[in-house]
Amino acid sequence: MGHRHQLTDSVIQVNHLSFKYTSQYVLEDITLHVRKGAFLGLVGPNGSGKSTLVKCLLGIQTPQQGDISLFGEPLKKFSGWDRIGYVSQKANSFNSGFPATVFEVVSMGLYGKIGLFRFLTKKHKQKVYEAIEKVEMSAYTNENIGNLSGGQQQRVFIARALVSDPDLLILDEPTVGVDVHSVQQFYTMLKQLNQEHGITLVLITHDIGAMTDYVTDVACLNKHLHFHGDTDTFTESENEMMSTLYGHDVHMLTHNHDHSACEVPTS
Amino acid sequence: MEWLESLTFIQRGVIAGVVIGFVSPILGAFLLVRRITIISEALSHITLTGIAAGIFMSQAIAFVSFLNPLYMGFLFSLIGSLLIEKLRQWYKHFEELAIPIILSTGVGLSAILMSASGSATTEWYNYLFGSIITVSLADLSFIIITALLAIAIMSFMYKEFLVISFDQEFASVSGVPVKRMNILFSVLIALVISMAMKVVGILLVGAMITLPVAASIQIAKSFRQILLLGIVFGQVSMIGGIISSYYLNVATGGMVVVVSILLLMLAMGIKKLQHA
Repeated sequence: MGHRHQLTDSVIQVNHLSFKYTSQYVLEDITLHVRKGAFLGLVGPNGSGKSTLVKCLLGIQTPQQGDISLFGEPLKKFSGWDRIGYVSQKANSFNSGFPATVFEVVSMGLYGKIGLFRFLTKKHKQKVYEAIEKVEMSAYTNENIGNLSGGQQQRVFIARALVSDPDLLILDEPTVGVDVHSVQQFYTMLKQLNQEHGITLVLITHDIGAMTDYVTDVACLNKHLHFHGDTDTFTESENEMMSTLYGHDVHMLTHNHDHSACEVPTS
Repeated sequence: MEWLESLTFIQRGVIAGVVIGFVSPILGAFLLVRRITIISEALSHITLTGIAAGIFMSQAIAFVSFLNPLYMGFLFSLIGSLLIEKLRQWYKHFEELAIPIILSTGVGLSAILMSASGSATTEWYNYLFGSIITVSLADLSFIIITALLAIAIMSFMYKEFLVISFDQEFASVSGVPVKRMNILFSVLIALVISMAMKVVGILLVGAMITLPVAASIQIAKSFRQILLLGIVFGQVSMIGGIISSYYLNVATGGMVVVVSILLLMLAMGIKKLQHA
């Protein structure tokens, strides 16, 4: 389980990672470090390789070059998956027609931990209720997940990730399809999880503006890692940083005609 | 299992029906939420190939003549099930192609084997549309054994199957052995299909797996309720279908489906009323 490494300060260490799906690299020479207790905002335009990087971290994809350590242990040997909570872009993975209640969905977060041939005990159920409470969704415990709004569903998925008491929570574009007001509440909740419960957070987003009020560290990704440091340094050099980001990749952006990827929210 | 031997043919048929009506909707619920109920159609046809092969072999080769063709059916169903899983990976963006490929292979091979074995058409008719009066003692023990296996797999792996159906990516990230579970799930599908086909028939196995849960999802509010209501609907369809087919002297599978459809319409009506 790697608990003997618990004292190390490093939660994620990525060294010179490069990854390609086919012939072209989507990530090149990425070196990234996430310390315990950090709230990292990993930003970059659409198609910048953010989600791919996360898939590498979670062992879903294997990079061609470089290595990854989680909680001080090489990914290949890492087995403490119950220490990591993951919230994906919901539209991509969750089966929206699935008739499950909030309670059923959140308890799924425990299944990997409980192991084969075992069932939920009273203690497990208590944990499920607590996780639902943490995301302030107790009133909806027996509600069908399909009947909830986008923001509420995303809270449920956070609860599902929290129920196994993770030390690290990775969120991939969790606010896509969530209205502005809910997004702010959502970020506030994440900040609380980070500060009050001491959970290390990695938030992947293309929405740079809103996020900088909440995170402690920022990493800018677009195939290469363009910036990696604390939020204050990032805000000081934000404009410069953005032009570097675009300057570097103008050919790619025009190729995609993806202008939305160039816009930096002014808020 | 001495008590089995003392049963009359109609009792055997009813017991087989009750067992099938219990197990099929549970599998159906998982297929439903994975959006792959259609898989039952492909596998039932490849099961027919196995049965035809079994009958052909028992005629041609003396030392396998004791073997119940249902076991061959299961074997083919299992191979088909694993092949579909593989085909779905090969045709990543056209997963549904796996179904017609396996289905037509099954029908084609069945046609060859059936014509080669030259059995009476009534025997094939029973396999295609189901018949409770031909459930032999050997058939019934096959059904009970496979049902027990299927129930064991489904209850021990319930939470793994559930989380994989809901969100496969999350399942693998949270440490569920997704690949092994998917293989086990293929075995489970093969078990249930080959088990159910004797009573409801190859052409109607899919109905028994799909229709009860198609009705239950209309009114169920959780996955648990889909299962429970599905079992209730499955039992009513089975028992109602068996009794009516016996008195009307028509194919059992047909009457089972008719009752299922009536229940489906009833469930839709209830839903309408709830929302009115």
